[in-house]
Amino acid sequence: MTNMLQSRWWSWGFRSTVMLYFVILIVLPILGIYGQSLSDGWPKFVSNLTEPLAWKAVMLTVKLALIATVINVLIGTMAGWVLIRYRFPGRQLLNSLVDLPFALPTAVVGLMIMLLLGPRSEVGQWADSLGFAILFHEPAIVIAMIFVTFPFVIRAVQPLLEEMDASEEEAAYTMGASKAKTFFRVILPAMMPGILSGAMLAFSRALAEFGAVVLVAGNIPGRTLVASVYIFGQIESDNPAGAAAVSVLLLTLSFVILWLVSYVQARRTGR
Amino acid sequence: MHVEVRGLNKKFGEFQAVKDVEFSIEKGQLIGLLGPSGGGKTSILRMLAGLETPDTGDIVFHGKRVNDLPPQERGIGFVFQNYALFKHMTVSENIAFGLEVKKWPKARIKERIAELVELTGLSGFEKRYPHQLSGGQRQRVAFARALAPEPQLLLLDEPFAAIDAKIRHELRSWLREMIDRLGITSIFVTHDQDEAIEVADQIMIINKGRLEQKGTPWEIYKDPQTPFVASFIGESTLIEDIGKLRGFADAAAMPGTKGLIRPEYVEVGKENEFTLLSATETGRVSHIHFRGSEWLVEIQIGDIKLVTYRSLEKPVLQLGDEVHVLVHRAYLFNDNDSWVTENKLKVDPLPVHI
Repeated sequence: MTNMLQSRWWSWGFRSTVMLYFVILIVLPILGIYGQSLSDGWPKFVSNLTEPLAWKAVMLTVKLALIATVINVLIGTMAGWVLIRYRFPGRQLLNSLVDLPFALPTAVVGLMIMLLLGPRSEVGQWADSLGFAILFHEPAIVIAMIFVTFPFVIRAVQPLLEEMDASEEEAAYTMGASKAKTFFRVILPAMMPGILSGAMLAFSRALAEFGAVVLVAGNIPGRTLVASVYIFGQIESDNPAGAAAVSVLLLTLSFVILWLVSYVQARRTGR
Repeated sequence: MHVEVRGLNKKFGEFQAVKDVEFSIEKGQLIGLLGPSGGGKTSILRMLAGLETPDTGDIVFHGKRVNDLPPQERGIGFVFQNYALFKHMTVSENIAFGLEVKKWPKARIKERIAELVELTGLSGFEKRYPHQLSGGQRQRVAFARALAPEPQLLLLDEPFAAIDAKIRHELRSWLREMIDRLGITSIFVTHDQDEAIEVADQIMIINKGRLEQKGTPWEIYKDPQTPFVASFIGESTLIEDIGKLRGFADAAAMPGTKGLIRPEYVEVGKENEFTLLSATETGRVSHIHFRGSEWLVEIQIGDIKLVTYRSLEKPVLQLGDEVHVLVHRAYLFNDNDSWVTENKLKVDPLPVHI
């Protein structure tokens, strides 16, 4: 069997299959989008992008995704720390629940937020009495983004914490470092690559979120219309070039982030 | 630093890791804690460092009880078994860590790093990260880092365990030299008796949480106080009925007395190699094995089996040869007592005076 797999023809066949798969599933569609967005020429592409509503949608998405990412970095780092460092009943269950946002259909997440935070709910009424609304406003979008990207930071930080030896902390103590100093100078830098790559993945996922957001955003053009919903709207109103232009922008952002993630990880393992 | 420990006890759950350990260490000495794995050596070291709290007992540095001081304030340096270097810091950043924490002025930190890099032979590696260093180099970084804040006491946990045999040898003598030069009181843990004998001024044998014996390597070798020490140091063969051996008949008078015999206590050879044949036993070579610098010979005497070494310069013995065996001494012990005894017949029974 191994002999067969090692033979030149098999190796060639496997490699070609993987390449073909990659080309058909990923490269061609992406090239298609780039092509589509430029099909009416550069001037049209630029005007599609600078269309105020499109531009506002992209900026809003980036802003809200950034907020969601920052919150997830803080909470995710803490959650990863608690799940690795503390032993308490229910830890295992909690740890497996972390992946729930990956498994849930995003539309269900949207519905959940709608029911829990809508104007009729307790939280909604409480927010209302304080003078702001959650549902169909920016807070709801941020909450949807946070929920959907919750696992990224935790799952990136956990292995780093796990492989970290307690003796590194003890070494810092014997050299006179307080607990706080040890955390900021020894533990946090060790977690940093995980936090960074988790944050970047969470950010690019938050940029792209559609299912959860579309239900709770209200989708008011120029105010709560995010990029993914804008693309959907452009397709609906039969303007594929406009949709493709915004898509290209999102795609390029994702590529840059992906490249950054792999750069950070390469620095961590290789250097 | 003068170190004193009194009535130290530590339990991990039901497991008694350290039991009634007492010792005191003079300033400037290099002490080896030696014993089998899981015997409590590392627990003692960690309690000295403040990384573990004793259940009972006092730890006294310089006449001051330090039990309640955290590791940060004990003025110690600790070298961990796996070095525990900070992976995201370069060599010089690792060394500087303790100094920055103690808020040394920048210029002095720089000076101290240069000094330690020089001392540990790491010149040229200051900008490297730990994963770019060999095991021996990492060990020396750990050593430099622990020494940087000028501790009064240096604690080393199995400092050479993770290094391959050849470099380990070099590092040992390097460490010995370094500690002599600095005059810092040091305690290291090891399970390797060669290491302890070669490096330490004094050895403490720790077994099952107890301090079995403390003394210089020679004292411990020559005069083991407990059967455990006798069997742990050097090689030895346990002889159940030692009274049967010629020259040790006295032992038979005390029931339950057993003996430990080391290979170097035993001389083996043909009849013509001995002057005092009356003190020898006759036996047969049951196994012979070339060890590189000598022969390992096993001899069967009745139902007793003895192991010894034989010089390559002497006539070669063959399997099954009838040989004479002279046992110079044995370590005897029973439930109440233990002592070293010489072969009684070695003294010429009929001294001839001229």
